[in-house]
Amino acid sequence: MHEQTFWTMLFGRLSWESIPLHEPILLGTFIVVVLLGLGILAAVTRYRLWGWLWHEWLTSVDHKKIGIMYMILGIIMLLRGFADALMMRAQQAIAFGGAEGYLPAHHYDQIFTAHGTIMIFFVAIPLIVGLVNFVMPLQIGARDVAFPFLNNLSFWLTVAGAVLVMISLFVGEFSRGGWLNYVPVANIQNSPDTGPDYYLWALQIAGVGTTLSAINMVTTIIKMRAPGMTMMKMPVFCWTALCSNVLAIAIFPVLTGAFALLMLDRYVGMNFFTNDLGGNPMMYWNLVWIWGHPEVYVLVLPAFGIFSEITSTFSGKRLFGYSSMVYATVVITILSYLVWLHHFFTMGSGASVNSFFGIATMVISIPTGAKIFNWLFTMYRGRIRFELPMMWVVAFMLTFVVGGMTGVLLAVPPADFVLHNSLFLVAHFHNVIIGGVVFGLFAGMVYWFPKAFGFKLDPFWGKISFWGWVIGYWVAWTPIYVVGLMGTTRRVRHFDDPSLQIWFVIAGIGALIILVGILAFVIQIAVSIRNREALRDTTGDPWDGRTLEWSTTSPPPPYNFAFTPRVHDLDAWYDMKALGHAPPAEGFRPIHMPRNTGAGVIISALALVLGFAMIWYIWWLAALSFVALLVYSIAHTFNYDRDYYVPAEEVARIEGARTAPGAA
Amino acid sequence: MNASDNHVHGHGDTHGHGTRRDYLIGFALSAVLTAAPFWLVMTGALGDPRLTAGWIIALAFIQIVVHTIFFLHVNTQAEGGWTLLALLFTLVMVAIVISGSLWIMYHLNSNMMSMPMPPEAAAASS
Amino acid sequence: MARETLEAAPAVNPTYYLVEEDEHHAASGGGTLLGFWIYLMSDALIFATLFATYGVVSGNFAGGPSPREIFELPLVALNTAMLLFSSITFGMGMIDMESGRTRATLGWLAVTALFGFAFISIELYEFASLIAEGATPQRSAFLSGFFTLVGTHGLHVTFGLIWIAVMMVQIGQRGLIPENRRRLICLGMFWHLLDVVWIGVFTFVYLLGVLR
Repeated sequence: MHEQTFWTMLFGRLSWESIPLHEPILLGTFIVVVLLGLGILAAVTRYRLWGWLWHEWLTSVDHKKIGIMYMILGIIMLLRGFADALMMRAQQAIAFGGAEGYLPAHHYDQIFTAHGTIMIFFVAIPLIVGLVNFVMPLQIGARDVAFPFLNNLSFWLTVAGAVLVMISLFVGEFSRGGWLNYVPVANIQNSPDTGPDYYLWALQIAGVGTTLSAINMVTTIIKMRAPGMTMMKMPVFCWTALCSNVLAIAIFPVLTGAFALLMLDRYVGMNFFTNDLGGNPMMYWNLVWIWGHPEVYVLVLPAFGIFSEITSTFSGKRLFGYSSMVYATVVITILSYLVWLHHFFTMGSGASVNSFFGIATMVISIPTGAKIFNWLFTMYRGRIRFELPMMWVVAFMLTFVVGGMTGVLLAVPPADFVLHNSLFLVAHFHNVIIGGVVFGLFAGMVYWFPKAFGFKLDPFWGKISFWGWVIGYWVAWTPIYVVGLMGTTRRVRHFDDPSLQIWFVIAGIGALIILVGILAFVIQIAVSIRNREALRDTTGDPWDGRTLEWSTTSPPPPYNFAFTPRVHDLDAWYDMKALGHAPPAEGFRPIHMPRNTGAGVIISALALVLGFAMIWYIWWLAALSFVALLVYSIAHTFNYDRDYYVPAEEVARIEGARTAPGAA
Repeated sequence: MNASDNHVHGHGDTHGHGTRRDYLIGFALSAVLTAAPFWLVMTGALGDPRLTAGWIIALAFIQIVVHTIFFLHVNTQAEGGWTLLALLFTLVMVAIVISGSLWIMYHLNSNMMSMPMPPEAAAASS
Repeated sequence: MARETLEAAPAVNPTYYLVEEDEHHAASGGGTLLGFWIYLMSDALIFATLFATYGVVSGNFAGGPSPREIFELPLVALNTAMLLFSSITFGMGMIDMESGRTRATLGWLAVTALFGFAFISIELYEFASLIAEGATPQRSAFLSGFFTLVGTHGLHVTFGLIWIAVMMVQIGQRGLIPENRRRLICLGMFWHLLDVVWIGVFTFVYLLGVLR
């Protein structure tokens, strides 16, 4: 007995039973992950890459490298999130009538929660933040972001959150409360396990990273644009990045607040969202959806920006209706903050409240529609080049419009009383998020890959990936629309009605076609790296681009631009090309740059330990890591030596090497 | 092509932080605006609680403006107007979050709690 | 490569590049104050969330004590005075900073910290007596909301006190160098914003609570 208290003090509620050795699926995954991880560690050690990895990447404050690391995180987590999707599709395709399928309810609930959480917080957000990080400073002619160290810290905090979610797969369990960890399921009475705690700590830590990153990006756009680039001469992608990040700053505090209140409920026994002593579970829904709806626009606005850049470049025309595009973006930003109740029309706030939010929701479709017309008119009479990025744009327009229209259907409160929590809704938001955000991210990755690495992506595998995604999307989600309209509800593990089975089998086949698309993407990267010499771009401007990121070489030097560009026109690089620009070949000056630092990695590692200790009630470790976090952060502020100058000779050497062979 | 004139940068360290006079005016106003609502509530000078509530809310908003101008030094010039714009945007968002939540939850309660529990019953049940 | 546009290139146009750079893009220079201000805006939204939640649950006493029974306005008035004094003393410190008077700046910072410390002590005393009376955060949703909102403000003040201490050490070590001035201005914005939040707290929580 005495011994047991000692172990409880040492390890909290962590014990051997916390590790799911009895679940073959998890155990198998665990073994594969461990082997893969060991393989990577061994390879890094074997080729003596630790120093390079640490100095060149992990501690880097270069916005381009941080952007690339965000993309890598997003793609790895996409594989995890998609594995969850396949498991759910397989379960729903076989669990009919007498067949129970292969997933117990306890496990299935964790899978749909993890799928949603991962796909939004650790796939979509990192990929969007990564692209903005990489592209935006180049587009505004800056040398880095406003706060380079903060950028590194934001990235590592996001990683810490992702690591916590991954740990929950093998140590303890994840939340069963849906992707927003809904109460009352996530209340301590109903989920005394570690699941909601993993969810809360992972998202709080990652959320701090996202908020800091958004502050950083907004400050960068406001303060660091190249001379001459007024707000209305800024590329549309930067405008959408600005609005998206402004929105993120406006909503993430609300989510942080809501999660903090739920933590107080769970850890201290307060009564915010409980069912007794005056608590109100619906207040949690209210708060998380104040975050949740604008979040959709945080993700999709930069995707709109990507489509704008690509449409203009591949149509060989200036973007049609630039200022209307900007105003539409700003209007969407504000309106998106006024619609959150449409996620719980059925809660019972009554007709007046529902009407207001229903109408506000429908109004958003107007600026969004204006954008679609702008893209179409940009293409109209353009000399369109149907290369891979442009194909994604067209697929987006065809797919996204359907998702937008089903969204307007759902915005009608009486219709929503029928469709609420149905698979129709699930099909709708996958339609807009896959059709809008994911297609946009693939378009952006294909478009800017040559800027990041100096060679294009292989078009053959790219097209297979494209068709896999597009066909797979429609095969997977059309049947879900159909069964949803018939009234099938979401988050169901087993169906009694065998006549529905065929639809779920078709959806499963669609998911497998998407799998082909994902694998083809991975193969595409591998093939492109192998054939990089054949795919090499020496001009720095492989697509005949229009904005400033194409004016420097690929990949850009650490300081981006040896001489800061001066902007006269909206399509600054196109203007430079048209009127003849002559980058000075001499007269280089020393360039002021931020110094790399390991502080971001260390602070995030401490935050990870703090989160883990709190989840498992290991109080001594939590206290220790919290104090360490505080002391280390304060100590970091005593370091005043945070930047250095790249000497002029070094700049001249780098510039000479970059421009000498085969420069256009 | 006067684009470069509009460009916002500058080194930030130079913007005004107010004079001693600003701080003293701000402090005096703030002291009055703090003392007044406390006095109103503690003495019940106005009698009617609703009227008192209206006054103290109004005084609070005035005091917030005073602090914003005299202590936080927000004005139209600082940082090319971006601080002011950020503040106004935040105020709109704060207003939406608070009033929206109260509106929604008030209607929820009045629609869904058909039998409000009288205070005595609530006391007995706990 | 579709580069036909380049054919029409006129003579060299040097205004496409800034040859004479004057440090526009210093790595961590001009953005700090604006960036910190934007951070404060996000912090204000956290408080907005807490205010909204408090507003929603402020009548849910669950048979427990109501504001009128537990709030002691004289104590709150004293506390408010402490915070207000700390604001003006910080302002005096800022004026000395601008004139470059290091010792005077440090002196005002110390006075500010004393007022802040008094504020926190009074708040802790209030919390302790409430809990001793049985008005704990767990008692009702109203009390959960009260302790969380006021406590979060108190935590911010505590963090501000730590920051003031660190700042005093750093100014003592290096004097009023530009980095320290910038940090001090940020600290000032932080400190004054807590005042603004407190106006909301004493009005909407304490005064309106006693009125209802």
